[in-house]
Amino acid sequence: MLARRNPQLNAHGELIHLLSIEGLPRAILTQILDTAGTFLSVNDRDVKKVPLLRGKSVFNLFFENSTRTRTTFEIAAKRLSADVINLDIAKSSASKGESLLDTIANLSAMHADMFVVRHSESGAPYLIAKHCAPHVHVVNAGDGRHAHPTQGLLDMYTIRHYKKSFNELTVSIVGDIVHSRVARSDIHALTTLGVPEIRAVGPKTLVPGDLRDMGVRVCHDMKEGVKDADVVIMLRLQNERMSGAMLPSAGEYFKSYGLTEDVLAHAKPDAIVMHPGPINRGVEIDSRVADGAHSVILPQVTFGIAVRMAVMSILAGNDA
Amino acid sequence: MTNLLLDAEALYGELKQGVARLMTPDTVLVGIWSGGAWLAQRLNADLKTDRPVGTISSTLHRDDFGERGLGAVEAATSLPFEIDGARILLIDDVIASGRTIRAVVNELFDYGRPASVELAVMVDRGGRELPVAAAFAAAKLTLPATQRLSLAREPDGRFAFAVKETT
Repeated sequence: MLARRNPQLNAHGELIHLLSIEGLPRAILTQILDTAGTFLSVNDRDVKKVPLLRGKSVFNLFFENSTRTRTTFEIAAKRLSADVINLDIAKSSASKGESLLDTIANLSAMHADMFVVRHSESGAPYLIAKHCAPHVHVVNAGDGRHAHPTQGLLDMYTIRHYKKSFNELTVSIVGDIVHSRVARSDIHALTTLGVPEIRAVGPKTLVPGDLRDMGVRVCHDMKEGVKDADVVIMLRLQNERMSGAMLPSAGEYFKSYGLTEDVLAHAKPDAIVMHPGPINRGVEIDSRVADGAHSVILPQVTFGIAVRMAVMSILAGNDA
Repeated sequence: MTNLLLDAEALYGELKQGVARLMTPDTVLVGIWSGGAWLAQRLNADLKTDRPVGTISSTLHRDDFGERGLGAVEAATSLPFEIDGARILLIDDVIASGRTIRAVVNELFDYGRPASVELAVMVDRGGRELPVAAAFAAAKLTLPATQRLSLAREPDGRFAFAVKETT
């Protein structure tokens, strides 16, 4: 059987699409983080724009709504001087019955150079990457429960910014792990970057035991889960989970798995608290923690733009 | 492949004299990453300017980004002074096509509007493709287009030139 190449890499091992952190070598993750560091300083200039993507068209294809992620991709592309076209597909072609690949074929005919794709179906960005023209690059901005690689990378950038290195850290990811593409991308990235202890913390209905196969320690007790942690990553509890049989109520959940100052006191004194946003105050995180000294939730947003600039410029510089 | 046709330390001495003549009391040195940045740091110390020295990278404004990609990411611009109204003396090891200088001038203007920008280099190897000239060059020579000349820094801080054959 022929060895199947990672569809994200070209024959030289360079990144041509960013679809998932899973399967990417450490050197590429490090290259993205280092490059993001360069772009962070672009925000300090009088002219907050560099011409790396001048004349390129970036299409934001959001088949699922997300104002924040779409906005940060848009800002990142504009700071790289790209022309950005935002398509709210949820409200247009798809609702008229056009297939995904027909949509892509039409947009390619408009000379797209890059697609940033958010889709509720896992694997949709792979399908697009497989069928687009060789010069076109695809960035996964979140697909189903599968992956959200730029969020994973900006989380890694944030951790490295505050903790300097990965190889002695304990990182606790708390909340709805089973439905979270962010958790999955974080776990792959943390593993690849050499974090020795990764914990998944939450109720049995939301933290499956098979995470142990990914080298993750599973904890169903919150205090035990954050004990001596250097980094606590809180996940958003999606309201729709409340309606099913998975959780009793938001109040009950907060009592058991909400991050309060008392709970956080079990982590290391210099622990950082992260959250991909949007936060639900009083559901998964207490306001005093979200706004407190350990919180790096807003710096995450700033770093996210630099990380997305890094990803787009690296992709644009590599041929298929 | 190393080639010793150029004595980098002797050329540095020439460059230092040339730069000293170009300096005004408010000139700031900005070295072009990487060779020019090393030169600017050493010049700034040897000439005792008591002003901070800048480093500038062409990476984000290169016209061959599509072919080369991003390249070295440690090449970050650092300009620890006000650019508006500054008298800037750019320092580089080698000038050839002039494309690096074009990119660097664009980069500089992202930070403000300098009063003037000049250029001093160790070696002008000819082959200009843009209307760019150095105010001072310690040496002028002609090299085959296939040879790449760049400054290297020895562990003891001394300079040497490296010549690489490219295809």
